[in-house]
Amino acid sequence: MSQTDAKNVRVSKMQLSKDSIHQKKILNPETEKGHVISEDFSVFYGNTEAIVKANLSMPAKKVTAIIGPSGCGKSTVLRAINRMNDLIPGCYAKGKLIFDDEDIYSQYTDVVLLRKRIGMVFQKPNPFPKSIFDNIAFGPRLCGIRRKSDLQEVFEKSCRQAALWDEVKDRLEDNALGLSGGQQQRLCLARALAVDPEILLMDEPTSALDPRATSKIEDLIRELRGTYTIIIVTHNMQQAARVSDYTAFFYEGVLIEFAPTSELFTNPREKKTEEYITGRFG
Amino acid sequence: MKAHTRKILDKSFTGMGFMSVILLTLSLVIVLGPIFVRGIQAFLFFDTVEYRRMQLDLFDRGDPEEVKAELDEVWAERRFIYDTIAAFEEQVENEEIENSWEYPEKIDSLNDSLKALFGPRPDEPEPVLPRDRYGETRWDRAQQTFKLVMYKEQWDYSDPSAMGSKVLVPRIDSFRGTTVEQIFPYMEENLEKLMLPEFTFYWQFLTDKSHDIHFFGGIGAEVLGTFYLVIGTMLFAIPIGVIAAIYLAEFAKEGKIVSLLRTAISTLAGVPSIVFGLFGLAFFINTMEVSQSKSVLAGSLTLTLLVLPTIIRAAEEAILAVPKAYKEASLSLGASKLYTILKVILPAAMPGILTGIVISMGRAAGETAPIIFTAAVSVGQPLGLFETLNQPTMALPWNIYNLVTEHEAVDQIRHVQFGMVFTLVLLVVVLNFAAIVLRARISKKLRG
Ligand SMILES: Nc1ncnc2c1ncn2[C@@H]1O[C@H](COP(=O)(O)OP(=O)(O)OP(=O)(O)O)[C@@H](O)[C@H]1O
Ligand SMILES: [Mg+2]
Repeated sequence: MSQTDAKNVRVSKMQLSKDSIHQKKILNPETEKGHVISEDFSVFYGNTEAIVKANLSMPAKKVTAIIGPSGCGKSTVLRAINRMNDLIPGCYAKGKLIFDDEDIYSQYTDVVLLRKRIGMVFQKPNPFPKSIFDNIAFGPRLCGIRRKSDLQEVFEKSCRQAALWDEVKDRLEDNALGLSGGQQQRLCLARALAVDPEILLMDEPTSALDPRATSKIEDLIRELRGTYTIIIVTHNMQQAARVSDYTAFFYEGVLIEFAPTSELFTNPREKKTEEYITGRFG
Repeated sequence: MKAHTRKILDKSFTGMGFMSVILLTLSLVIVLGPIFVRGIQAFLFFDTVEYRRMQLDLFDRGDPEEVKAELDEVWAERRFIYDTIAAFEEQVENEEIENSWEYPEKIDSLNDSLKALFGPRPDEPEPVLPRDRYGETRWDRAQQTFKLVMYKEQWDYSDPSAMGSKVLVPRIDSFRGTTVEQIFPYMEENLEKLMLPEFTFYWQFLTDKSHDIHFFGGIGAEVLGTFYLVIGTMLFAIPIGVIAAIYLAEFAKEGKIVSLLRTAISTLAGVPSIVFGLFGLAFFINTMEVSQSKSVLAGSLTLTLLVLPTIIRAAEEAILAVPKAYKEASLSLGASKLYTILKVILPAAMPGILTGIVISMGRAAGETAPIIFTAAVSVGQPLGLFETLNQPTMALPWNIYNLVTEHEAVDQIRHVQFGMVFTLVLLVVVLNFAAIVLRARISKKLRG
């Protein structure tokens, strides 16, 4: 892991050298270890550059929020990390995006293995049209776990992690689509947790939910912090302020500011950031 | 547009739609009604004592004692008729009657008509063909044949400018003033006692093989052949079709070749089925030589080509209709593309795929033209499983055509023809119904 630390130092140095003063205090390399690090990372949809040379280092086992107005490229960044953008024809990336010392976009990356290590929760709850049990057992089965008792163990553990256990323990064989929206979203979270990932990506996980379901998910995020590296895209600045340790602000594909959340919201360094968080646009 | 014009337009459109639905339903009822009513008569009808004798002889069904008792009973009744005629014949031979020379011909004709109704007498040598061995086995047929006992068909050429016309002349007139005269009212009064009609449910019509090219028995060979063809077709068409659909929906990069492929598939769907038949003969039998000549295998392959476009299209549409979110969820969990397709996309697309499959099953069951040159024969035995590889088969659609147009006694086996059509229609209806039910059940399971 010392290698990663070294890299962090290097990245920070590089960023320092790139006259972007505001990124100086991104991380304290002594205490924070970058888990996903981007170096001049760009994403293109055909000819349009949706992400422009982003440099940031998202710390391990912390919650990083990505905010910005609609269409600024939040989802694009997030989906770059587990290479879901590969599904979009004409989408490609430039620069480096490093996870665990390896370039995610290197030609040697095994995308399937990568995605096993990086879980994702989507904007709209998307459980499979299968039973609740089969939904959560999907990942473990994929990893070759076949025995019923093992699967049940994983099932219970992930359900408890996602605060879903009490609601589903008596209806394992029911179709997951019969759950409420909030339950479905927690089921998706449990499903992602069942493969024991290192990183959890969340793309506006609460935007389709009511306030109560939202606060449940937020509680969960706070609980999972420290165990997983969580990167969450959100439209809701209060939410970012409530749950995240670090916040990245994107505007039109450009990373404007990346700082500890408390700092970014109370004392933004960039004018654009201030305008955005005070609600002058977006 | 003014509100009330819009309203009128709306209303008239609704009316037109309603009318066309009604028309469609009516025409369906008009076409299917008679088929059902007459088709059912192949299964449910009044049989006669001759039928019971035939069933005992040919299919070993029924109680021999009972049938024998019944036969004794009817022949006791029939005795009077034959005795009267025999006595009269003797008189004629001995020329005890006026104009005795004109009677032998009339008596022969009368005897023939009686034989058609009652079958040969027990003391006569048994005829070779089963059709000659028994009288009328069905009560409805017996009543028609009885008409030909009572009335003689004659051709009337009196008007030289017109075609000859058929007239029915009462036979009793030929025998006026003789002892034979009395048998006609006797038969008319006692026809039921002479034939002993009884209501019967002949469900074995579906499974019995036919005797003497459908004079007796059922359509078991045709039903079996149709099943072989349908199942054989599906064995080829389902995997090929679904794999092709997966390729088109999930793997193919839109380009010239793929759009050419799609066009080809659409065109294939529009090709007349007789062309498939000829192609099947030329390609599968003559070129590939999958079998020496016609066979179930060759027919199935030909039908596969016919139904592939349907299956591919239905499956492709079903796959494309699966929400992308399922695919993304599966991939994000680290599933490979193949695993995602097999475990997530295909199950979710199953209702649509199944519908396509079942509809094509109906098509494969009902198509005639593709199997004429590749699989179907008019006369044959039910096939064993492995004979399907190199033996031709009977099949419902082809044999319907064959029985209606080429059979030597088309009029006498109407019930078989209608029974076959009924069975085929029923098969298709049942398949479609199964598709609907299956689809509903799987959709419900998917929806939760
Ligand atoms: N499949 C695509 N093809 C082409 N351009 C795309 C595609 N997806 C996104 N874009 C473009 O990339 C830019 C960033 O999109 P992205 O979805 O990342 O925005 P976002 O910040 O997530 O927006 P929102 O808050 O509305 O979800 C947008 O300008 C969008 O038009
Ligand atoms: Mg988005």
